[in-house]
Parts: sequence; structure tokens; C-alpha cells
Amino acid sequence: MSPQNLVVIGASLAGLRAAEAARKAGFSGTITMVGAEHHLPYDRPPLSKAYLDGVEPKAPYFRTEEKLRDDLGVELLLGASATGLDTANKQVLLGESRLDYDALVIATGATARRLPGVAGLAGVHTLRTLDDAMAVRGALDAGARTVVVGCGFIGSEVASGARKRGLEVTVVEAQPTPLARAVGDEMGRVCAKLHHRHGTDLRCGVGVERIEGEGRVERVVLSDGTAIDADLVVVGIGAEPNTEWLAGSGLALDDGVVCDEYLCAGDGIYAAGDVARWHNPLFDRAMRLEHWTSAAEQAAVAARNAVHPAEAKPYRTVPYFWSDWYDSRIQFVGIPAAEEVRIVEGDPARDRRVVALYREGDRLVGALTINGQNVIMKFRGLIMKGASWADAVAFAEQRRAVAASA
Amino acid sequence: MKISVDRSKCTGLGICESLAPDVFEIDDDGDLVLKTDEVPPGQLADIEAAVDGCPTEALRLHQD
Repeated sequence: MSPQNLVVIGASLAGLRAAEAARKAGFSGTITMVGAEHHLPYDRPPLSKAYLDGVEPKAPYFRTEEKLRDDLGVELLLGASATGLDTANKQVLLGESRLDYDALVIATGATARRLPGVAGLAGVHTLRTLDDAMAVRGALDAGARTVVVGCGFIGSEVASGARKRGLEVTVVEAQPTPLARAVGDEMGRVCAKLHHRHGTDLRCGVGVERIEGEGRVERVVLSDGTAIDADLVVVGIGAEPNTEWLAGSGLALDDGVVCDEYLCAGDGIYAAGDVARWHNPLFDRAMRLEHWTSAAEQAAVAARNAVHPAEAKPYRTVPYFWSDWYDSRIQFVGIPAAEEVRIVEGDPARDRRVVALYREGDRLVGALTINGQNVIMKFRGLIMKGASWADAVAFAEQRRAVAASA
Repeated sequence: MKISVDRSKCTGLGICESLAPDVFEIDDDGDLVLKTDEVPPGQLADIEAAVDGCPTEALRLHQD
């Protein structure tokens, strides 16, 4: 018998898209969506971008409560955390109560890592939730001297937002090169130049020793002994998938919920979004992505597979993410684990626009652009088709020649 | 079926172009160009994916 009772754990982008995709696929059973936050599903990318700008921000909610309940037919359980999973009885544990499912989509996302020893100190924030963003925005409104810990995408976007307001910003990065894991060493250095050009004080290869203050942050002391006065500290040092509640459930956990290429993690159980580690057939390897696009797409695939398991389809994708720094847009497609990174357009020392390609074997596996909106998706198409390195380089050369003659 | 783009929402992220390159393209200024506003034969599924895949919900499919 096909499932009649879909439970979605997680009420962010992936949770919402799972519910919407199930309905679109003709699922007429019950859908219950459980969210740990009190907020209706909302969009996260703007929280570190437009939401931090000087103008009054728009609430980033995707849908009204009426739309979710009445049009989509979703029962919402907000402010409720899943605490366990009983696969034998097909029940999700919510503290003392139990929720039956016959199809389950796990979309519990990830939690921002925190610095140890700063609990209770006002002015120290991560930036993951709407509540975090409101607090950071409030501090920027008040003209905070800002220290960002971690030069990843979130931290860099915060620095960018603070500089746009003319505030002093220091970014502290423990690694010698920022973004090395996300885009590789060479392009990490190229991206870091954007900070230097816009007056952000970026310090790499130095850690945070401690954060000092009486009840509220006053200064950040670095491992080299330097002290930086601060009213706001934003910690952007990555996120951990929310899988603690699944410990002992029998599901395979390995930096995420381990899924096959169908996003299936167990009997009637699927996962999507930041929490899912699945086998991506396009690159023939397991991946866990924390990107908007994969969260939306995985959720749709997972939900369709959950409600129509006989017609299950694999999820294959070329990962994609973007980040807006100052007046530049950074876009990346594919995977950064490459044997060679070649800059095929632009001089990073001089030009606003840079295009770099990533090679593995004789295949194109990734592309990064800074202000290269008109080519990035063409490379995504090439990677999707399994294009050779030679063809990709030739295509880039041809684009560059056309641009130069225009 | 017709395709339309809400210019007040679109920021040129380009996911649509990677899913349906016959219809969508980001131009040299970083803006989205609709190469046609009609759904080409056999491409409805790709265009639906592009509509669903737009992070700013700027795309819409509609009858005329």
C-alpha cells in the first residue's frame, strides 16, 4: 500500500519543499511538518545578505500560515524538536509524545558551530537563524565595531554588510588561506583580495584565544596576543548536521544521515538538505551539501520518492552556491577537489571579473566565477554533461575571445 | 504556456539557465534574458524545474 501519512522533520527550505513536492506529486494523505524554531519556514540566504543592509528588511517567510495549512494541507508543529526515532514502530519521538509515520523526510538541517567559553556573553552571535540575523542587524544598526571569526561565506558576507555601512571590521581566520575547503587554496586567496580592497582587516593563520567582557563583549584576544576592541562578534566557523536525535535509531550516521542515491536512509525514510549525506551519481561519491539549491531539489526528490517509492528516482546534481561580497558576486559550480585549478579569464590582481576552472583527470569538475554571471551556468551545463577538460578550456577561450572583440 | 519573470525579484543567479538554456540566459550585465516567453515543445518539465529552482521566486508559468 502506498504511504498515507507523511511526516517531515524540519521546517526550513527543505521541509517546505518536501511538503509542496508531495502535494504536487498527487499525495493526498496527511502531512505533518515539525520545526524546532517557532518561526514559519523562512529563507536563509538573505539573512547574511540583504537582511543586514541599512534599509528596513523584508520578513523572509516563504508562505503564510494560512497557505501552509489551508492550501497545502500541512499540519504544522512549530517549536517542537524531534528527540528520537523508533524505526520498528515507525514513530518519531517528540519529547514525551510520539508521531506515527509511514513515510518520513528528515530535513533537520545543521546548527552553527559556536566558540567554547562565550556562553552568556552578550554581543557574540552565530548567524544561522532569523533570530540570529535580527540580533546581528540590531548591533550593526547601533554602529558596532565588528569582529568576524571565520572567513567563510557567512563571515565574509557579514563583513561585507558591515563595511557597506562604513563600520570597522576585522575578520579572523585560523587557516592560512580562507575558503580552502570550499574553493581550494588558490581561489581562496583570490576571494580574500575582495576583503583587502574594501577595507576589511583580514588576519589569517591566527586563532581566537578568548573573548573578554563584563556580561557583554568588549574585546577579542587573538592567539598572537593582539586584542581587538569589539561591540559585536559574529562567529562563522561552519555548521554541524543535526543528527543527535537519531543516535541509536539504527540509521547510518556519518557527518549527516547516510543515504543512497535515492536519498533513502531506511525503510520509508528519506533525508534532504544540510543533514543528508547521499551518493551523488554524477560524481560517483558521497556528499553533504549546505547549499540552497540542493536543499530545495533534494527535498522535492526525497518527498516524491517517499510517497511514490515504486517510481523512485535518483538525485544527481552539479552542486551550486553563490555568495555576495561587497559589490561582487562569487559563484561556484561542481566540486573543488581538483588536481588543477586554472584561471581562464581575468587577472585577480587587477580585474573585477575572474573565471577559474577545476580539473580532475581529463574532466571538468568545477568552475568559480567572480562577477562572471554570464558564463557560470554554461560551465554547470558542461559539468552536467561530463565535458572533457580540453573542451571546457576551449569553450572558455572562445568566450574570452568573443568578449575581447565586443 | 507562457513564462514571465518578475524583474523586482530576479537577481540573475542563473539556476534557470543551467536547467533550461534554450529559454533562459544571463547576459553580459548579469541580467536574465528570456529568449522566448513561450514554453518550447517538450521542455515543460525543465522549465517547471527552473521555476521551482529559482531562489528568489522570480519566475512564473501561466496561461497567456
